[in-house]
Amino acid sequence: MSITDPHPAALADSDKGQLEQLQQIIDDLLGEARRRGASAAEAVVSNSTGLEVGVRLGEVETVEHTRDHGLGVTVYFGHRKGSASTSDLSRAALRDAVAQACTIATHTQEDPCNGLPPAELMANAIPDLDLSHPWAISVDDAVRLAILCEDAARADDPRITNSEGASVSTHAGLQVYGNSNGFIGGYPSTRHSLSCAVVADDGDGMQRDYWWSSARAAEDLEEAAAVGRRAAERAVARLGGRSIGTCKVPILFQAMLAAGLLRHLAAAISGDNIYRKTSFLLERLGEQLFPSGFTLSEEPHKPRGLASAPFDSDGVATRPQAFVEDGVLTGWSLGHYAACRLGLQSTGNAGGLRNMRVPLGEHDRDGMLRLLGTGLYVTDLMGQGVNGVTGDYSRGASGFWVEDGIIQYPVEEITIASNLKDMYANLVAIGNDCDFPGSTTTGSWLIEEMTIAGS
Amino acid sequence: MTDTLAIARSQVLAPTGLTDGDLDRLIGALHSPAIDAADVYFQHSRLQSWVLEDGIIKDGGFNIEQGAGLRAISGEKTGFAYSDELAMPALGQAADAARAIARGGHAGHVQIGVQLPQQALYAPMNPIESLPDADKVALLHRVDAEARKLDPRVTQVITSLVAVQDTMLVISDDGRMSADVRPLIRLSVSVVVEAGDRRERASSGGGARRGLDYLLAEDRALGFAREAVRQALVNLEADEAPAGRMTVVLGPGWPGVLLHEAVGHGLEGDFNRKGTSAFAGRIGERVAAPGVTVVDDGTLEGRRGSLNVDDEGNPTQCTTLIEDGILVGYMQDRLNARLMRVSPTGNGRRESYAHLPMPRMTNTYMLAGEHDPEEIIASVDRGLYAVNFGGGQVDITSGKFTFSASEAYLIEGGRIGRPVKGATLIGNGPDVLTRVSMIGNDLQLDTGVGTCGKEGQSVPVGVGQPTLRVDGLTVGGTHA
Repeated sequence: MSITDPHPAALADSDKGQLEQLQQIIDDLLGEARRRGASAAEAVVSNSTGLEVGVRLGEVETVEHTRDHGLGVTVYFGHRKGSASTSDLSRAALRDAVAQACTIATHTQEDPCNGLPPAELMANAIPDLDLSHPWAISVDDAVRLAILCEDAARADDPRITNSEGASVSTHAGLQVYGNSNGFIGGYPSTRHSLSCAVVADDGDGMQRDYWWSSARAAEDLEEAAAVGRRAAERAVARLGGRSIGTCKVPILFQAMLAAGLLRHLAAAISGDNIYRKTSFLLERLGEQLFPSGFTLSEEPHKPRGLASAPFDSDGVATRPQAFVEDGVLTGWSLGHYAACRLGLQSTGNAGGLRNMRVPLGEHDRDGMLRLLGTGLYVTDLMGQGVNGVTGDYSRGASGFWVEDGIIQYPVEEITIASNLKDMYANLVAIGNDCDFPGSTTTGSWLIEEMTIAGS
Repeated sequence: MTDTLAIARSQVLAPTGLTDGDLDRLIGALHSPAIDAADVYFQHSRLQSWVLEDGIIKDGGFNIEQGAGLRAISGEKTGFAYSDELAMPALGQAADAARAIARGGHAGHVQIGVQLPQQALYAPMNPIESLPDADKVALLHRVDAEARKLDPRVTQVITSLVAVQDTMLVISDDGRMSADVRPLIRLSVSVVVEAGDRRERASSGGGARRGLDYLLAEDRALGFAREAVRQALVNLEADEAPAGRMTVVLGPGWPGVLLHEAVGHGLEGDFNRKGTSAFAGRIGERVAAPGVTVVDDGTLEGRRGSLNVDDEGNPTQCTTLIEDGILVGYMQDRLNARLMRVSPTGNGRRESYAHLPMPRMTNTYMLAGEHDPEEIIASVDRGLYAVNFGGGQVDITSGKFTFSASEAYLIEGGRIGRPVKGATLIGNGPDVLTRVSMIGNDLQLDTGVGTCGKEGQSVPVGVGQPTLRVDGLTVGGTHA
């Protein structure tokens, strides 16, 4: 069993010990599967600990100590498979899980694409992606930081009359994946966040909004007071919202929401939706989807990236790559199973795209508003209403009515509708206003026309 | 039922070797003069799932979760820790961590008493064992065959079956021990249909807190297959939906998502205690048209959204939220009930032992009115008739809510016309129910498919309503 070690310097002794423990559990799971006659098996084991602290109106509200374990095993009997999972990592539970998975496999049927990926695709060299930065913050200090954040929000404007609170959280975990082809790989990672949600009231009605920051290392978190102030500004900006009449106008999607439009794209090019024919982009490979100059790429090895991973959920090596180039759809994002169904090779995307990026344009937010001219600047979206099979798009929205590039008043209780194919083809510009937390890099998006339904 | 408690003890406690003395000590460790309330929630849950796709049983899974969550509440503060290791040292540490929320005071001593008698809305059974695995597989094949034979345009069928037994046992600082053994089953069918260059998908399904034979009875399973195909074929013919404010007639049953989003979340006790809900401070005011009565009822036999006791050990009840258009009640858990100085309503729910309870819905529905559904449609000159929905979402502070139609038709001159593409409807919670101008006599609950998400926690729920006419909802189509 070859064991691929992450960069030695990245692992603290305690991490090393835990990693070995989890690797042992993987070995035990694979060994038990072999004993029961499975022709192949794969397993994932994880553990994590954390602290989540919430405050409200300047006082501590909740303190949660989290501790999670999990194991999942999939066994293959030829091309039949069965799976089991549990939160109990004891030997007895481990044996039970394998037994259950094997029993399930006596009822499932042969699918020629069931099985492990080819050995040459596995992540045999695991890059150190700098994902683990434990934050030894005490409960008291976490409370103080959360209060600092909420205080800044409440002090930002006299119209901030209430608060849902602020929270600080930190999690540290270890995950190991291994399969019976000899691959085993694991790495520690951490995730910390800070968030705040407040309520504004101008006597005519209440509005709420929030802001947050999330990072692999505490030093990369946005300053707590800045997070609080932004939450307050967003809440106050919604006050006095009104509906508008039904019309067809250009729409500027705030950068954070443009990331959502990219997520619809990522789903539409995902192998599972392609082999099932449940994607509105099914027949569009090689065609112009976006104006030239548009590229969708992913950066799974971005150091400290929030979605970074050295291998996907099949254990296949991830790599930086593009799926839309100069506006043309150039490839599907594939895990092993979907790739097999399509007669292609895995692109290391079992589990999705990681750290999506599009090229930023030349205009900042005000420049994008001027480009918009007269229309709607959308800053919040609600509900479902996106049909992945057809691309039909209809969602609740709120934002600001804009005239000649200047924000006039807040708008709410409206919907915006179109079809994603048309929205992508009619993407006029992307801003350079990439100003939101998360793993996606994009500015705001100006779409030529959508239908607003209102009063 | 002593039966339920005995089963829970044997499933959750017996394998751990924890004695009643240990339980007393644990709850005592959480207790002190500074602590207003505390509980220890044990859970053991097992789930089995099967998926049929491309005509074969492609996958199946089995999952076991177990652990205990320990909670200590002081005023508005909650300390919480959980452990999946059900042994004294780990649980003792978790208790210490939780109790640290309130400084000072010594550990108290609590003796756990006998459980109160409780409802029996479902049998304390394990639905995974209610049918041999071979029969589950055969059922999925029959569902697949039924869907495919209905129409040559059906190109893909995915159907899945899930069965869960979820056992809980909660001990609280007031000396009570409550337990519940909760079965839950669900069958889902999703089909894709193709005609020319058009492709559409639709889903149907249902479930209950019963054994799997429920799906075999009354042709239910095959009925879901037929319904998914029917809906998908309607969508193949659908044109652009209208855009703008109009009269909307909502069908009975699952369209009750309207109530869940428009008023349900806004009437949860935590939002009203904090004053962040658009319904805060409005008890006694008119929030709906006369004739509108909305309840949250956890006591319906066998329903997905029902519970014998909530996750804090309080019995569920039928709580009237809106009576004849007047706001009369909120849904409460222990913490918020105490802070608002009202009784708990049995709405304290949590996704698992690893999550904190908060006020959540059970089965939320509107009582039937007087009108025939045909009469309601005939009364509309131009509008939308929406009979199936995906899900919805709400901003409880501004009151704005959405729900997305998956099957809808134009109404023209009092008659149901051509089908239109699913559009999202948006409205304002505190005022939408004042625009209900006709209430049908055909109250229905959904088929047992609802899952509600709040603050990252999912719980199974039910919704329902009769056919309703709403004068003024904004329809998010593309045809302006």
